[in-house]
Amino acid sequence: MQTHDLLPEQASHDVTLRDIEQFLYREAYLLDHNRLEEWFALFTTDATYWIPLEANQTDPLGTCSIIYDDHRLLDIRVRQASHTWAHARNPLARTCHQVTNVMLLPSEDSTPELRVCSNLVLVEYRPDRQRVFAGLCEHRLRKTDGGLKIAFKRIDLVNSEAELDGIAVLF
Amino acid sequence: MQTYTRDHLAQLIQPDRVHRDIYSDPDLFELEMKQIFGQAWLVLGHESQIPNPGDFFRTDMARQPVIVTRHVDGKVQVLLNRCQHRGSLVCHKQSGNTRQFVCPYHGWAYATDGELRAIPIIQGYGADAKEKMKTLGLSHVPRVASYRGFIFASLAPSGPPLEDFLGYMKTSFDDFVDRSPTGEIEVVGGVFKHAYNGNWKLVLENHNDTVHPAHVHLSSSDAALQIGEPSSGEEGYADIAIRQMRQNAAPVAVWEKLELKALPYGHSIMGDYHSDSRLVSGLGNPVFKEYYEALEKRVGKERTAEILAVSRFNSLVYPNCSFMSQFRQLRIVHPVSVDRTVVYSYSFRLKGAPEKMVHDTVAFANVANGTASWVLTDDLEVYERVQTGLSAQLSDWVYLGRGHGGDVLDADGTKRGATGTSEIPIRNQCAAWLDYMTAEH
Repeated sequence: MQTHDLLPEQASHDVTLRDIEQFLYREAYLLDHNRLEEWFALFTTDATYWIPLEANQTDPLGTCSIIYDDHRLLDIRVRQASHTWAHARNPLARTCHQVTNVMLLPSEDSTPELRVCSNLVLVEYRPDRQRVFAGLCEHRLRKTDGGLKIAFKRIDLVNSEAELDGIAVLF
Repeated sequence: MQTYTRDHLAQLIQPDRVHRDIYSDPDLFELEMKQIFGQAWLVLGHESQIPNPGDFFRTDMARQPVIVTRHVDGKVQVLLNRCQHRGSLVCHKQSGNTRQFVCPYHGWAYATDGELRAIPIIQGYGADAKEKMKTLGLSHVPRVASYRGFIFASLAPSGPPLEDFLGYMKTSFDDFVDRSPTGEIEVVGGVFKHAYNGNWKLVLENHNDTVHPAHVHLSSSDAALQIGEPSSGEEGYADIAIRQMRQNAAPVAVWEKLELKALPYGHSIMGDYHSDSRLVSGLGNPVFKEYYEALEKRVGKERTAEILAVSRFNSLVYPNCSFMSQFRQLRIVHPVSVDRTVVYSYSFRLKGAPEKMVHDTVAFANVANGTASWVLTDDLEVYERVQTGLSAQLSDWVYLGRGHGGDVLDADGTKRGATGTSEIPIRNQCAAWLDYMTAEH
């Protein structure tokens, strides 16, 4: 699979919806090309990456989650992905992340971040099985000197409550 | 379908090896559903899932849909989820509260004890329709019983009483419940449902396998060790996950020393391997101070010490359950086909314990039983590789010889592996398998 150098990120303070879309596509691009360390660098060090178990889940501490990672736990995921004995990850799945329906949401007073929702369709292929996931996403993006960073990402899989085979792919 | 003679079945299970057919032959799977899952006591859930009259939840037994209800009289009932008219499910929701189950097809309505209450246009069934109705309630699963709040049922009208079936395993359920400061536990935090393309026995054989973590979980323990020390761990959700992944890298000497108990009916108990006191309340970490005090208040200092000294990682109730009393987890195994299995994982609250212990439980559940866990995903991957490997026809045997010949008979009548890495729990399950499969009813 051929992968390309990407343009430098825009550090502008006037972020347009188009900039945000480009940021989300960039994130998807890095995942689809298994550039997980660069993907991980898109997150702030106080970031949360959350895939709830239940529909409309509000509590990540009292209710289980498919993933509820802080920066350290996400770091472990990224490190594990390149481990030669990571049986469910070696080889890593080939993926196609389709990001659509991008909209800016009203920001919350308590956080300065941009709140963005989008839809995600993820096709995953590992030898001999192809699976499709669909999810509703919320990103909270923080403007930094190094460009936009992900301070929070939540993916609500439409089948989060289903009987699921192991999930070793990143969304 | 092939019929199996006793001799043929006996040849599949040998003292230190078993034939691959028990994992891969669809005809044997069908026989298992009749002889094992159709006979044994199965764990269905916990009474806290249906605390009030009218509460219900759905599950299945030997692939048959059932409803577990609490009737208005307070009694737990296990009913076949099948209308006596044309066979539809009468209950579609996974859980909830209801006065009656109404079939969506033609409106037959059943009470929560299965009694048929109403048939629309009943005159069409003749003059004695009301009499007929009395015989057309939802079918009852023949035997239902509870132990310490855990609900069991058996599809067989006769067999050993639950207490005999459990035997020494009762002490593990006691351990689970006795840890509660109020003597009560309840299901909380959602249910993980993970699935794999492999035989149902693979997950049960893995749960008390103390050698696999060093190999199956190496990538997660390595990665967790790489990121540096976890924080002091007063609360921290992430610390629990990191600490748990690190514990899987325990040296061989730790696993060797563990107690592995093998019990009648295929049950087994694995001693605990944890050294991290943040994860295990019995190791005296001051983070559990409030919990110790709550427990002492009910049962006193001496009994509290006794309760917390019990050190078991996993207790396996053959053929469909394994649970972790110290970590408040219970898994129920649902065979789907010879090469497809679904496992439901439940978390529990010790009523009266500090709320942060529920957070610990949830964090542990996510790492040990979560569908996208660093740890569980590698187990599931390996089950599938085993299932594929076992389709090889030129090599028929699965070798279970570690510790064979060294089993120790204890004074209480239970058996124990010579060391903590013995394959005695698997051999014990296979022996029970043969007993069930060759039993005459």
